[in-house]
Amino acid sequence: MSEAQPRMPDEVGVPDPFPYMHPIMKANYGNWDWHERPRPGVLRHVAKSGDEIWTVRAGTQRQMDVGTIRKLCDIADEFCDGHVRFTTRSNIEFLLADQSRVEPLIARLGEEGFPVGGTGNSVSMISHTQGWLHCDIPGTDASGVVKSMMDLLYDEFVKEEMPNRVRITTSCCQINCGGQGDIAINVQYTKPPKINHDLVANVCERPAVVARCPVAAIRPAMVNGKPSLEVDEKKCICCGACYPPCPPMQINGDDSTKIAVWVGGKHSNARSKPTFHKLVVANLPNNPPRWPEVSEIVRKILYAYKDNAKDWERIGEWIERIGWPRFFELTDLPFTKHHLDTWTGARHNMNMSTHVHF
Amino acid sequence: MPNDIGPVSGDAASEGDMKIHDTPLLDDLESGPWPSFITGLKALRDEGDGNRAMINDLLGQLEHSYENRLGYWKGGTVSVFGYGGGVIPRFSEVADKFPESKEFHTLRVQPPAGYHYTSDLLRQMCDVWEEHGSGLIAFHGQSGDIMFQGTSTENTQKAFDALNEMGFDLGGAGPALRTSMSCVGHARCEMSCYDEVRAHRDIINEFLDEMHRPALPYKFKFKFSGCPNDCVNAIHRADFAVIGTWRDDMKVNQDEVKAYVDKVGRKYVIDHVIAMCPTRALSLNDDNTLEVDNKSCVRCMHCLNVMTKALSPGDDKGVSILIGGKRALKVGDLMGINIIPFFKLDSDEDFEALTEFAEKVLDFFAENALEHERVGETIDRIGLPAFLEAIEVEPDPNMVKHPRTSCYVRTDDFDEEAEKWYERKAQEKGAGAAAAE
Repeated sequence: MSEAQPRMPDEVGVPDPFPYMHPIMKANYGNWDWHERPRPGVLRHVAKSGDEIWTVRAGTQRQMDVGTIRKLCDIADEFCDGHVRFTTRSNIEFLLADQSRVEPLIARLGEEGFPVGGTGNSVSMISHTQGWLHCDIPGTDASGVVKSMMDLLYDEFVKEEMPNRVRITTSCCQINCGGQGDIAINVQYTKPPKINHDLVANVCERPAVVARCPVAAIRPAMVNGKPSLEVDEKKCICCGACYPPCPPMQINGDDSTKIAVWVGGKHSNARSKPTFHKLVVANLPNNPPRWPEVSEIVRKILYAYKDNAKDWERIGEWIERIGWPRFFELTDLPFTKHHLDTWTGARHNMNMSTHVHF
Repeated sequence: MPNDIGPVSGDAASEGDMKIHDTPLLDDLESGPWPSFITGLKALRDEGDGNRAMINDLLGQLEHSYENRLGYWKGGTVSVFGYGGGVIPRFSEVADKFPESKEFHTLRVQPPAGYHYTSDLLRQMCDVWEEHGSGLIAFHGQSGDIMFQGTSTENTQKAFDALNEMGFDLGGAGPALRTSMSCVGHARCEMSCYDEVRAHRDIINEFLDEMHRPALPYKFKFKFSGCPNDCVNAIHRADFAVIGTWRDDMKVNQDEVKAYVDKVGRKYVIDHVIAMCPTRALSLNDDNTLEVDNKSCVRCMHCLNVMTKALSPGDDKGVSILIGGKRALKVGDLMGINIIPFFKLDSDEDFEALTEFAEKVLDFFAENALEHERVGETIDRIGLPAFLEAIEVEPDPNMVKHPRTSCYVRTDDFDEEAEKWYERKAQEKGAGAAAAE
């Protein structure tokens, strides 16, 4: 063997955050007392020791070039000794010991084009998947959808004027990596997969693909003398589950891949239990680079919520109170047979009472 | 070679053999107030050294997707020496048009628990990715990883070696233990009910073999939230959600309650705090103090979130563990089920016991789940009683919304099961009495 021995990995696992943590956070770890938000985008946390830490939260594009990251580093060095963290929604947080540096930092972030906000009852950054930029099965882009929506919702990020926090999510296929949201913008396929029978036998493990189908619509078949798969298109629910394990079963089409908007998902346990989002509109066009038809629906729902919900109601809780008829009326959107659930447990989603909203 | 691209000004331009792709659709995403990823990608294309040709072709391919409304990446097999997962391979299906980005793999790298960074660390990461990759990094993916996006098969090992030398490790992909996330928690939040960093690192670092050498039936995710606000979305997005809670009385600072009522008014407090309590456990007294029925409180966090200065979690803290959350494929969405309503998490022994319990669940999953089945689906398939028996957990009324409504069950051993319940209750009472002495 003339080649050098390959380097074995050092299996370090999850890195210890303490070497990177702000000294005040380290010193008061597990001993915080209370917090307040003096203005949108700023948090003041007070420890039991009396120590304080100030957080300035700013939006990023998440998909960042090294130039942007270095710019954020320069800002962090100048204002907070280089201590930052990221939120689960890809906002960056600058951590400051010195309150007097908060306003100058906000001014600098403004100059550099980073919106300060995303705290409290605002619309925070949209949870973000990969899309056409990097995914192998995407129906749409993610970064472009998020950029378009956040341009539209910019004011609601930098202000805290919503009844409660609003969490918007996007997903580029029905696997839904973006997760549950107060408003979810998700790809919804509308046609069964188009099968390239020349490739199936070589590319796909056919029994595994058959097993993936939620409605047992796929069966092995000989097509043109080759072992392949066929889909019972009457049973097919166009979910795309067969596509990742079998790329020759193309689920995407330039016109058939559509967008659906869902509402009322919630992860927190505050007040009501966590909930799944519910379908509002389907069949919206997948229309880059700005997806205007989707933006219009999101805007309608968001402002109906803003104008009508009580303080602290999340979108799903607001609808729970006013009822779905009123929701569809306020948003001027149609209610169709496709809103009636047909999946396992569907009956539990029906109104089995005389409780009716007029 | 990539250094041959000169500065460009938007329109089609070329210098030497390199043609800058026209990107009219993507250019539209440079306007508007939100930071633009396209502007960032163009900066990588037009400045620096090393990655410009790759990013030029990446932008070309992305524009091609925007034009045709289709994706053009396919997967494959790329890994680093010693590991079977953690790299997301991407090969272009339109490499004939965009050859410089024909390989554009992602390294999923586990971040420090709680996402703490210094500028020094971020700069080191940038330097590595500029040298061995495209210069495009996402903080963070939905899995919780730092995503170093865009490198060739050849440079994948070099990039990993450099990051690994810095003390960073690959995350999970495929049928494996996945990268985890924990909220800011103890580091900056008064709602935090346990040491999230410790739980996160103890558990994931114990089972790294399951992450680096994928051999599970399907993915398995742990997530750690310090309180029921669940800022990392664990209940729905994790197979094993660890959520902070407490079992004694919440703390009330009555002076701060009065100050809050003075500030916002009695009506606001009654409408937006008292009336929004999901279990009607709150009452505002005539003297503007707060009465709490702690036996009815379910620790939903609403009143604590609204009155951050006046109300706090109790002292007897620990976690609830919910198992089985996941998104749609294949049976539909599932929320995790509360399997351990309260798990004390304080001493070294408590943390060791948590890791032992996690191992029991992971072992059960590895041995019993069908291929491509998440643990929540396994539980649905075999029924909760069988799952509880397998992981040696006794049934508890906190696990259910309400007892069964279907009569289709065989109950001839009901008396023996009832006897177990009484024995457990007697033991708990005895243990409680012993602890009180």
